[in-house]
This record gives sequence, C-alpha cells and structure tokens, in this order.
Amino acid sequence: MSEERKVKVRICGLQKYFKTHTVLHVLNGINLEIMEGEVVVIIGPSGSGKSTLLRCINGLEELSGGDIIIDGHNISSKKVNMNKVRESVGMVFQHFNLFNNMNVLRNLMLAPVDLKKATKAEAEQNAMAMLERVGLADKAKAMPRQLSGGQKQRVAIARALCMKPDIMLFDEPTSALDPEMVGEVLEVMKELAREGMTMAVVTHEMGFAREVADRVIFMDGGRILEEGTPEQIFGNPQHQRTKDFLNKVL
Amino acid sequence: MDMILRSYGPLLLRAMGQTLLLALYGLFFACIIGLIVGMMSVLKNRVCRAVALVFVNLIRGVPMIVLAYMIYFGVPYLWNNVLGRSGLTFTALQAGSVCLALNCGAYMAEIIRAGIESVDVGQMEAGRSLGLPWWRTMQRIILPQAIRTMIPSIINQFIITLKDTSILSVIGFPELVNTAKNVVSKTFMSFQTWAIVGAMYLIVILLLQFAAKYLERRLKQ
Ligand SMILES: Nc1ncnc2c1ncn2[C@@H]1O[C@H](COP(=O)(O)OP(=O)(O)OP(=O)(O)O)[C@@H](O)[C@H]1O
Ligand SMILES: [Mg+2]
Repeated sequence: MSEERKVKVRICGLQKYFKTHTVLHVLNGINLEIMEGEVVVIIGPSGSGKSTLLRCINGLEELSGGDIIIDGHNISSKKVNMNKVRESVGMVFQHFNLFNNMNVLRNLMLAPVDLKKATKAEAEQNAMAMLERVGLADKAKAMPRQLSGGQKQRVAIARALCMKPDIMLFDEPTSALDPEMVGEVLEVMKELAREGMTMAVVTHEMGFAREVADRVIFMDGGRILEEGTPEQIFGNPQHQRTKDFLNKVL
Repeated sequence: MDMILRSYGPLLLRAMGQTLLLALYGLFFACIIGLIVGMMSVLKNRVCRAVALVFVNLIRGVPMIVLAYMIYFGVPYLWNNVLGRSGLTFTALQAGSVCLALNCGAYMAEIIRAGIESVDVGQMEAGRSLGLPWWRTMQRIILPQAIRTMIPSIINQFIITLKDTSILSVIGFPELVNTAKNVVSKTFMSFQTWAIVGAMYLIVILLLQFAAKYLERRLKQ
C-alpha cells in the first residue's frame, strides 16, 4: 500500500495481570498498530491472551501497564470518557450476548436511543437497514431465544453496527456455532471488511484469515510472537511455536 | 368458637389490620434497603461491598426479637440516659417498622444480589461495549432479567416478614398475636382463639400467594 494511512489503534507496551490468589501475567509487552481500514486477524493457542487483548482495547479490562491510543485518545488516561470510546469501538462476542429481555429490534435500538445518538424513528430506520444488511429483516420482532446461533451472531454484529463504530472487534465470533452456520457469519464479516471497516478478529477460521486478513498476528504466552501477511504466516512461519500451532489447526 | 367470633371478631380483624399495616411499612422500607444494599454488594467499589456484607451479616446474625428490644428500649435509653439528650421515644409502630425493615431488608439484599449475579456477565459486557454506562445497563438489561428469578424468593420473604410481625408483640404493638393473647386471658378459650388467629394468617398468606402466582405468570409472558 503506497498511500499514508491513519493509525486507528496504537498499543504500546501493554501489560495485563490478573490478581486472584496468584498473579497471572496474561499480556506481556504487546506492541501493535492497527491502521484505518485494516483487518488484523489474531491467532494463537488457548490462554495466550487473545481475548484479553481485545477486551483491553474495548476497556472491558483495566490495563496493568502501557498505553492504548484509539483515534488519538489514550484510554488509560483518567480524563478519557471510556463510554465515549466504546461508542466508536464495536465488539462481537463468542456467545453473542444479545439482550435476552428484548426483541431483536429493541436490541439494536437500545444504545443509539439511550445515548441520544438518534431519535427513536431514526434508530428504528437504521436498525432495520442493518438487519437488512445481515439478512434478518424478517426477524425484527423475534426474541433472541427464538434465533439460531448464526442468526444471533448476525444480530449481534448488526447491533454493534448500529452505533456506527469505526473499529470492530470480534472475539471468536464463530466458535460457538454449528459448522453449517459459520459461513453465514463469516460472509457478513467479509462484506464488512470489503467496505473498509477497521477490524481486529480473533478466530480459528484460517480460511477466513487467508482470504480477508491484511495482517495475521500469532500470540503465545501473552506476547506477539510473529506477525505478517497471511502468506508469510501460513506459508513461511518463522517460529517453531507458530509452526506447531498451525500444524495443529490446519 | 362462635362466642369468640361474635364478641372479639371485630377486634381481631382490626388487629389483623394493624398486622398488615406494620408489615406494609416494614416491607416498603425493606425494599428500599434491600435495593440499596443489594446494589452495593455488586458494585466494583470494595468499601461499598464491605459495608453491604457487614450489614447483611450483622442483621442475619441477631435474632429479630433482640433487634426489636434494642430499637424500642435500647436506643432511646442510650440517647436519653447515657448520652444525656432527652425526649427520644418511639411508638411501637415506628420501632416495629424499623425492625422489620432492617431484618427483611438484609434478606432482600441477599435475594437481589443473587438475582443480579444469576444474570450472565456477558449481558453487562455487551451493554458496556456499546457505550452504555454501568447503571444504565443495570436498569435496562440486568435488573429486568434478574427480577424474574427474584420474584419467588421475594414473595417468600414477604410471607416470612408478615409472620415475623408476631414477634413484635413483645414490644406491645397491638398486632394480631398480642391482641389474641388479651382475648385468651379474658376468655380462657385458648384453643379456639389461636385456631381463629391461625386461620386468619393462613387466609391472608394464601391470598398473597395467589397474587404472587398471578404476577409471576404475567411477567413470564
Ligand atoms: N477475569 C479473569 N480473571 C483471572 N484470569 C483470567 C481472567 N480472564 C482471563 N484469565 C486468564 O488469562 C489467560 C488468558 O486468557 P484469554 O481469555 O485472554 O485467552 P485466549 O487467548 O482468548 O484463549 P481462548 O482461545 O481459550 O479463548 C488465561 O490463562 C485465563 O485463564
Ligand atoms: Mg478467548
């Protein structure tokens, strides 16, 4: 890529400990930049800290050290309103986390209306447009429990999009799905990537990574061990750990 | 039986009214205490959680009869005789309501805490990830789901509290048990009197349960 692109997320020396009865060092000096419109896929063994990294970017976890700068706002600074930051960073979870007490449409409208991003009418119009986009306009009045896993996840994506975020984080969005539903969710994500959304995706779907990722990051033991284009990582991994991991999942 | 109903029926009914009044005051403030303390126990802030924990365990660890004596006799004594201020007295209704509110409030706090904790943490995270503040997510998403699991326990606690009003006969509040004691001492017909009183409690509690079932069904839809 020749043209200068804006850095959307800059992570510098990120440290994260969990203090329970012991101290768990989960992220150990993560440095990462995500450019505007870039799709970064994060892979790595279980427990390597992938989810924790995404949760830190979204402020769901407090940082133990280092900085995360999103669109020029340092989220570890006390002055930054974390809620404002979250409005522009969408997150999609492994277990969908749709609001169980409201129907699909109200799931989508809640945050935009509550945060005065839109009037009710605008929010509804926008929500219907988003549902159309993920192919679920006919499910607007359904309750979450009436949807299949794939449908739930597509609703969850639509819900995040209703806040018009400029970054989307996905934490294993297809891991809890039956195999035949994985495709429909990945399709929505690919479409999003094509439209130029900045995305960070934790996934075990290597096919998706190959096809969509601009960059693949391999994490192990709380560090970024290796990063590169999908061709580099899948075709010519440098570290033995990366090779071992890829052998297991491919 | 007939004679008691005829001569003392209205008196006992009025006493039941007093019982219900006391229970109503107690439950009203118990709900407020329970909500505040219950919310405190799920906050991130350690001080809030500690205060809630101490309150709940303190109240649960002391028999209500002791609490009643403490509030009705102990507190005014401390104020007037030990601290040398003057003029503090409680009516039995005031002391009784406070006593019920504290006692029931502690249990309600536990019910509310457990109800909130029964909701998947993912619900809060989803709310927060959209930019909704903690309290807003609590109001719009967590509490509406928690309330469904809490309803049966809350009704149960209401019933226990209604029956606990009888303990407050010890501070002389003219509720049902206290009044019945007087009837027995005048008529000596203890079996008949207590049978009537028992039936009165039973009827009220059954009505309450029917109302609760109806409410539960309505909320399920
Ligand atoms: N809230 C928490 N408290 C304590 N330890 C935690 C917490 N969250 C995560 N951990 C620990 O941190 C480590 C990294 O967890 P994380 O969920 O980030 O891994 P992951 O790479 O996403 O793994 P997976 O592929 O299984 O999802 C794990 O050892 C996990 O047990
Ligand atoms: Mg994970």
